[in-house]
Amino acid sequence: MLHDLGWWRGESQLLPPKQKNLIVSAARGTYLAHNRWGRTPSRAAERFTMATQTAETQPGTDKLDSMVVRFAGDSGDGMQLTGGQFTLSTALAGNDLATFPDFPAEIRAPQGTLFGVSAFQINFGSRQINTAGDAPDVLVAMNPAALKVNLASLSPGGLIIADSGAFTKRNLDKAHYESNPLDDGSLAKFDLLAFDISELTIEAVKPFGLGNKDALRSKNMWTLGLALWMFDRPREPLHEWLKEKFKSKPDIANANIAALDAGHAYGETAELSGPLKQVHMSPVPAEPGLYRTITGAESVSLGLVAGAQLADLPMFFGGYPITPASAILHHLARLKEFDVTTFQAEDEIAAICSAIGASYAGQLGVTSSSGPGIALKTEAMGLGIMVELPLVIVNSQRGGPSTGLPTKTEQSDLYQAVYGRNGDAPMPVVAARSPADAFEVAIEACRIATRYMTPVMLLTDGYIANAAEPWKVPDPSAYEPFPVTFTDSVPEGEEFLPYKRDAKGARPWVKPGTPDLMHRIGGIEKHETSGNIDYSPENHQRMTELRRDKVLGIDVPDQEVSWGEDSGDLVVVGWGSTYGPIKQAVNRWIDKGARVSHVHVRHIWPLPGNLGELLGRFDKVLVPEMNTGQFKTLLRDQLLIDAQSLTKTSGQPFQIAELEQAIENCLAENCGGKVLTNDDQLPNPSGVEK
Amino acid sequence: MNEMTKVETTLKDWETDQEVRWCPGCGDYAILKAVQRTLPQLGCDPKNTVFVSGIGCSSRFPYYMESYGFHTIHGRAPAFATGIKLANPDLDIWLVTGDGDGLSIGGNHLMHVLRRNVNMQIMLFNNEIYGLTKGQYSPTSREHTRTPSTPLGSVDHPANPCAFALGSGARFIGRGIDVSKNLPDVLKAAHAHQGAAFIEIFQNCIVYNKDVFDDFAKPKGADQQQLWLEHGKPMLFGTEKTGGIKGLKLDAQTLSFEVVDVADGDAEAAGVLTHDATNRILAHMLVELPFGEFPMPLGVIYDDPAPTYESAVIEEKRRASEGKEASLARLLAKGQTWTVSGTAPDPV
Repeated sequence: MLHDLGWWRGESQLLPPKQKNLIVSAARGTYLAHNRWGRTPSRAAERFTMATQTAETQPGTDKLDSMVVRFAGDSGDGMQLTGGQFTLSTALAGNDLATFPDFPAEIRAPQGTLFGVSAFQINFGSRQINTAGDAPDVLVAMNPAALKVNLASLSPGGLIIADSGAFTKRNLDKAHYESNPLDDGSLAKFDLLAFDISELTIEAVKPFGLGNKDALRSKNMWTLGLALWMFDRPREPLHEWLKEKFKSKPDIANANIAALDAGHAYGETAELSGPLKQVHMSPVPAEPGLYRTITGAESVSLGLVAGAQLADLPMFFGGYPITPASAILHHLARLKEFDVTTFQAEDEIAAICSAIGASYAGQLGVTSSSGPGIALKTEAMGLGIMVELPLVIVNSQRGGPSTGLPTKTEQSDLYQAVYGRNGDAPMPVVAARSPADAFEVAIEACRIATRYMTPVMLLTDGYIANAAEPWKVPDPSAYEPFPVTFTDSVPEGEEFLPYKRDAKGARPWVKPGTPDLMHRIGGIEKHETSGNIDYSPENHQRMTELRRDKVLGIDVPDQEVSWGEDSGDLVVVGWGSTYGPIKQAVNRWIDKGARVSHVHVRHIWPLPGNLGELLGRFDKVLVPEMNTGQFKTLLRDQLLIDAQSLTKTSGQPFQIAELEQAIENCLAENCGGKVLTNDDQLPNPSGVEK
Repeated sequence: MNEMTKVETTLKDWETDQEVRWCPGCGDYAILKAVQRTLPQLGCDPKNTVFVSGIGCSSRFPYYMESYGFHTIHGRAPAFATGIKLANPDLDIWLVTGDGDGLSIGGNHLMHVLRRNVNMQIMLFNNEIYGLTKGQYSPTSREHTRTPSTPLGSVDHPANPCAFALGSGARFIGRGIDVSKNLPDVLKAAHAHQGAAFIEIFQNCIVYNKDVFDDFAKPKGADQQQLWLEHGKPMLFGTEKTGGIKGLKLDAQTLSFEVVDVADGDAEAAGVLTHDATNRILAHMLVELPFGEFPMPLGVIYDDPAPTYESAVIEEKRRASEGKEASLARLLAKGQTWTVSGTAPDPV
């Protein structure tokens, strides 16, 4: 099978000679073709085989250290739920994991269509896992569309589990199949297990008297049961979960449990013949402690709650529904006992304005959105900067511009975060690198906001927001509190000056209701100390500089090297959700003896003070980003270094293999370039509505 | 407003040291004085009082009030005020907006603060023009208003602020005139109302829209053109001296008003309707009363309190927190967890 690496870049010196003609010059910008490697024993192919982990993960053996499974079905088939529960059982089994949920923007796209396919990929193993995996080893396809959309990415020799009951003429037509791939031989290079999951499910839930339509809703539980058997997982936690979920409908709970058990039993029976083998994956060695799984949206929410507690403040969260940020509003709405008030505002503007109002009244104001909503909040951010009140703005980035790709990920709001306001409007920006890291970064955002009296933007993205990973539950008492002190009086004989700054440049925070300190604030330029309206030239210049210097003076910790030595031939600099694939790719090259390091930046603005000096110790600097090179530009501007950009703007995260190739190119001669659309990964291009 | 401890202040206590910068003769001066005169009478406490405004001439108001004040951004004052009120319901909030700020760029927020019924006084200074940007027509400008942006006269239909407020779900609708001696009474009624109290104040922009309200606002003949409503009193206007006492009579067949003469002060005999400020249907009719054929209804048009938004939010938060311990450690460890001891994990 041709394994499409979806990769092209500038003139390469490293590719096998026969591939050279397929590569174009990025400088000329003309597209000729993707370069494709066949799965021949070339150096590149070997490397990629390793990269996609197929060499380590042949179904049927029990010597595995990781495996990638993708569940795919119609958007109404419950694949996200199946994936989520499989994730939980994986975590409970002590494996490390990373997930990639991918679903259409439509809630219920027309049934059986290619663009209505919803998929959930999980990479899990008995070793550390940092990405959702490049290519799946096992594909569960609940209908022909799911098979069609996801087949290209399946590892050679990979296992397909298909619901033959859903491969009807009608569904085959919708997926544009001319013949049934399950029996026309076209899947010969894979292991195929096709059986009528629909019928088996209906059979299993028969005792509960459900109609066919309702019975078929349990199809995903049947499939999950089979997957649990395959990976030797206990069913009890799922039984408990189903009983709890359908507490008020015991019949539905029991039907689902019966379907789950039937799937599990089917595995045991089918093991006797055919390719289905049970796989046992040992638990990953991990630091002792209590663990759970967490998504980025949960993690941000918990971090904000923790941050507000460390600041000793009630939290006010103003939000407006938007994908993929709404989950934060949903989580916080259930945490009222933590002195959290959530307010679903009439629009994005009201969401941030109400949060600033709450900060003015003495709470920690927080708002959250994604690109288009952040754009609407921009004017209010300027006011927040002007009136110097604490505020945390969470941006769960998605593909843009405009409405863009609501359910796909991108890192293209960095300019917006750092520069995107009228006037000289400096604002600190921090970025989370993973679901678990988002907890720490949310606390850091609260700390900066309250300590420096400033709005702070926290960047996360659709991938981090939706993806799950195991999380070592932190001990809240291990965090140093940063309690806020409100100003409630001035020394005898002194005049109260609302804009008189402390050594950090922060102005006093006075709650309305405080006797004798009445004052007025607003968006008009104000006098350096009194805060009264003052348009005078020297005052505006001074205030512009004070606002800038306050933000530049924030106590950002020194940048450390994430992986590798602190000097060498190449440093790969990342920010945000590219952490996992960069770490893996860099470490593979380190293992091969290359002098490559990984630096991952949390503080985007201001940058860590030592960053320029640190990066200067490497010959080359490569900056992979899911945008057209925004952080690269910032680094070049701020540090005057020759940072090279590696970009990917397909709404798909980087794959390890792509970064490994980029590092190889960079170590040789050609640093940077762009990564093309990758048919092998989620979101899959053929599943996207054209 | 809220239940509050009354404090003694004078008009002077509410003046700031900032120079008032409206055009000489602007109606805003009269409103400022009316507010500064009214607050001491209400026993308001400057430290618990917050003036919140948007952008425009009217929105400079907070700078001149010796209380807490927040001059925010164009049209968004209701959203800021909502956040302030939810964060500290004890604060007494006065929102200052204009016809452009409140009904054009901020129409959405005004609608929602009213429907949610957030407890505050909302003063909309209506001068039917954009003053601070030098005289463009506004959403309340009458048809054919000639301005720099409409040199041939505006063609769009004006919005009716009180009808907008009522349609948005407001539970208090008041109306006053900048220079009217009755304005403090409307402000007091608004302050006494628990919930969002909407007050439209006709305000004379002497530079860009001079005397646009003269038909009913100019002192000469005013009593024939102004219908000051009082709850439980007949809807009377005019005096014997100015052309006779008149009243509004309801025609039950056509569901419309007619103006009737009241002989010998006997409103009942003339069939004049008694104002019921709690009657929402009546309020709808009054805010839509066509001026010219009828006088301009002023005073408290509608006043029928309903539970406030912040009280509901606080109550919900209290109920949701009841019996729950706010343990962060427990929250972080929620859901299905497992323990790793040494290198061998034990699934829980």
